[in-house]
Amino acid sequence: MTSVMAPALTMSRRRIGLGWRIVGLLVLWVALWWWLGGQFVLESGVPAAAQDWLQATVSAIGDGRLTNPLFIYVFTPITSALNGVYNGGVWLTQQLGWTGMTGIGAALALMVAGWRMAVLTALGMLSFGVLGLWEQSMQTLVLVAISVALSVLIGIPVGIACGLSNRFRRLLMPILDTLQIMPSFAYLPIITLFFLIGPPAGILATLVYAIPPTIRLTDVGIREVAASSVEASRSLGATVRQVLTDVQLPMSRRTRVVGINQTVMAALSMVTVAAVIATPGLGQAVLGSLQILDVGGAFNSGLAIVVVAIVLDRVISAASRRAGAHRRTGRLRLTVWGSAAALVVLGAALPAVLPSTAKWNSAWVHPISGPVNVGAVWAKEHLYPYTMSFTEWVTIWFINPLESLLLNTPWFVIVAVVAALALIVGHWKPAIVAASCLIGCALLGLWPSSMVTLTQVIFAATITMILGLVVGTWIGRSRWADRVLRPILDAGQVLPPFVYLVPCLALFGPTRFTAIFAAVVYASPAAIKIVGEGIATVAPNTIEAARSMGSSTLQEIGKVQLPMARPIILVALNQGIIYVMAMVVIGGLVGGGGLGYDVVKGFANESYAGTGLAAGFAIVLLGVMLDRVSQSAGRVRRTSSHAV
Amino acid sequence: MAHAPRKLAAVGLLAAAALMLSACAGSTNTPAASSPAESGGGATSAAPVSCGSAPISIAENPWVGYSADVAVVDYVLRNNLGCTTKISKVDEQVSWQGFATGQIDVILENWGHEDLAKKYITEQKVAVDLGSNGNAGVIGWYVPKFMAVNYPGIDDWNNLNKYADLFKTAESGGKGQLLDGDPSYVTNDEALVKNLKLNYAVKYAGSEAAEITALQSATDNKTPLLMYFYEPQWALAKYPVVKVKLPPYTVGCDADPKKVACDYPPYLLNKVGRAAFVDAGGPAANFIKAFLWTNDDQNQVAAAIQGGATYDDAAKAWIDANPDKVKAWLGQ
Repeated sequence: MTSVMAPALTMSRRRIGLGWRIVGLLVLWVALWWWLGGQFVLESGVPAAAQDWLQATVSAIGDGRLTNPLFIYVFTPITSALNGVYNGGVWLTQQLGWTGMTGIGAALALMVAGWRMAVLTALGMLSFGVLGLWEQSMQTLVLVAISVALSVLIGIPVGIACGLSNRFRRLLMPILDTLQIMPSFAYLPIITLFFLIGPPAGILATLVYAIPPTIRLTDVGIREVAASSVEASRSLGATVRQVLTDVQLPMSRRTRVVGINQTVMAALSMVTVAAVIATPGLGQAVLGSLQILDVGGAFNSGLAIVVVAIVLDRVISAASRRAGAHRRTGRLRLTVWGSAAALVVLGAALPAVLPSTAKWNSAWVHPISGPVNVGAVWAKEHLYPYTMSFTEWVTIWFINPLESLLLNTPWFVIVAVVAALALIVGHWKPAIVAASCLIGCALLGLWPSSMVTLTQVIFAATITMILGLVVGTWIGRSRWADRVLRPILDAGQVLPPFVYLVPCLALFGPTRFTAIFAAVVYASPAAIKIVGEGIATVAPNTIEAARSMGSSTLQEIGKVQLPMARPIILVALNQGIIYVMAMVVIGGLVGGGGLGYDVVKGFANESYAGTGLAAGFAIVLLGVMLDRVSQSAGRVRRTSSHAV
Repeated sequence: MAHAPRKLAAVGLLAAAALMLSACAGSTNTPAASSPAESGGGATSAAPVSCGSAPISIAENPWVGYSADVAVVDYVLRNNLGCTTKISKVDEQVSWQGFATGQIDVILENWGHEDLAKKYITEQKVAVDLGSNGNAGVIGWYVPKFMAVNYPGIDDWNNLNKYADLFKTAESGGKGQLLDGDPSYVTNDEALVKNLKLNYAVKYAGSEAAEITALQSATDNKTPLLMYFYEPQWALAKYPVVKVKLPPYTVGCDADPKKVACDYPPYLLNKVGRAAFVDAGGPAANFIKAFLWTNDDQNQVAAAIQGGATYDDAAKAWIDANPDKVKAWLGQ
């Protein structure tokens, strides 16, 4: 028992010292701002070299398109191939019709995940028709299927290589970080330069964003396989290859499936973004509604995306759970196969038997747009005075002071403060990384925008983590809360942010607060879920022990569950920051300004393409900086507790 | 793991079987209607002239006025000329890129973009100007109509400093706020504020949706708003505004972006076509060259689309009411 309580004590002693040092640093910073404020402040676009170079490079790529052999022999064939696969897929869904597709979907779910999932899948398929979005849903399904298939085909071998070679892993991890944090709007213009507009570019943009989880979790899975198992099979004379195929791969299957699941979710979150480069599907429907400020229409299409996500998530999770379970007996397997075949036959043949089912009947279409619009209008009329004054209050008392502190302090003082902070909470390595990241933002000529964005990101990440810890602990401790909140969290995670932009704008106006609010809505479900997972997995006997010693509920949470879940809370922090960074560009669309606006400007305006790309890199740098500082803060406490 | 390939094979088999079955049922199982972005040439009236087999690719830029252009042009192309069309929803920049790649045949409403015109029309020669579409584009500063009534003289830049406090927000750092919109639109506002010595700060809303929502709130709640905006624009029919007078535009007064101190120029919106598509001639290219209508015409169709009508319904209603204009476009 002492081993649990003792670290908690040393930690609190250490935290006091740490706390004072941080306060001292902040006081020093404010003093320097008082003394030097307004001097040595970098202006936007200074230095200009990096942005100019990026601009020239982008132009050169565009000019070479018609003549460069790389385009003619590599990119153009890839484009046509992807186009062919996409068109084929859509043709297939059209030939099968809604009955055939529903039959096949249910049959697939039945084979990999059982009866309950088959019913869920069928209901999901039918809901596309009910929402009036059958065609768009099929287009999105085809695009997501192709992107995920490519992610798996490429990601698993790469992940295996990562898992086997430390050097390769060190090389690849920063690239994966960049792919996940770099806003897709920043690289969309480049993808369209290479692969034109339309489905191929949409598939590749999705691939870029969705592949990292498959690689990461394949790698983690292989590394998780107990060294003893590997050694045992080695000592029996197995080659490296045999160890891989007979031990490491089979034993890491579940982790790998979790990675693929994450890839599917990431691919779905790209649906709306890909739509801006003429990728068909549900994303187009969302953007179309946004254009005419039709909140209900946007929610309707968003709901279809949520349905796709939830069905796929549940089916894949159930399939991975089953994979670990016992093999089915021959007879049962026969029943399953027979039923699956029956479902397909039924689905495909139904239109021939009942001609009225050949097309989805328009009488069965019931979109949710109407009720949502009524609710949106009500909220706007009744809440607006309160939300607006709240926004103003937060902006004047919190956002403005921090932003003006960051904008008016000499840039090198900020670099020094951040480095010192990383040094105090961690050690010199993250301090150097963090300082370099900030210097990078300055060299890109985007210092003021970076500071505006940093302000918003700090607030958004802090609120996200507070919500994550509070609500996460709650769902981790209460089955009831978990059951009620989980579907809402799932929906919040996959609902495209474009869907709730208009209501947010109507309530909070085009302000930086709106940008922060939208980021918190998007990022907190992930943080909450991960923290909840961590709390729930703390061994019950440890909690029993604490309880038997007379701990109150608060002590139990604060001294046992949270400290023991720290590694997972660190993951939540990392993911929270990545999700918040992903919303920087969306923030630029609703009044956030800063780097997000620069990225959008670069996307919309060819003569600012260099600025947009540079802003994309700056967002990555800020994300890496925040991640390193916060991770080292968490890690040092863990080592201190281990030291005892 | 071991039976995964077998499962995959089974899935393939199932799909094939289903496909065969549905092929058998082919007589009754008509393929679902083609995607909304790709409207087949289901001509209702007799298709008189051949239009070529390749679909005509129309760019649809993201504002409702443009969608109105697309609705009507697309309708006439399919129903009067028997063409097939393909509509790509893309940004302005990406549409111009499409001339070089051959993915876009026409842009129906181009707002200036001299840099792009220079690159793609003059230098690369992949695009050609197809003349005015009849719409007059206006860019400027606007206030909601109730403000012009309540605050006399607010629609003149000379008085703006007097009212700066009114427009102050938490976002504008002690100055009056001028709300700008989507970053793809031309704006001189920061220079204007500086050169006209106005006590205002430019706040970037970042998107058209954000601006229209702000206008909506200001109108509904009678709160102050000064914004960069443009016509033709469907929202103006719902939320009336008054344009603020800036020092009048004279040719060349906006030559140096840093020294601009005058209003935006009037824009004559034009159509642009892919050179190869236009050179090939044909009825479709001739029709698009002749396509010309007023801001009022466009606003009618845009309002119908905004109200939830399908493109075809919105277009048909206008076409039925204006048969002479359509005849003129078709040279009949």
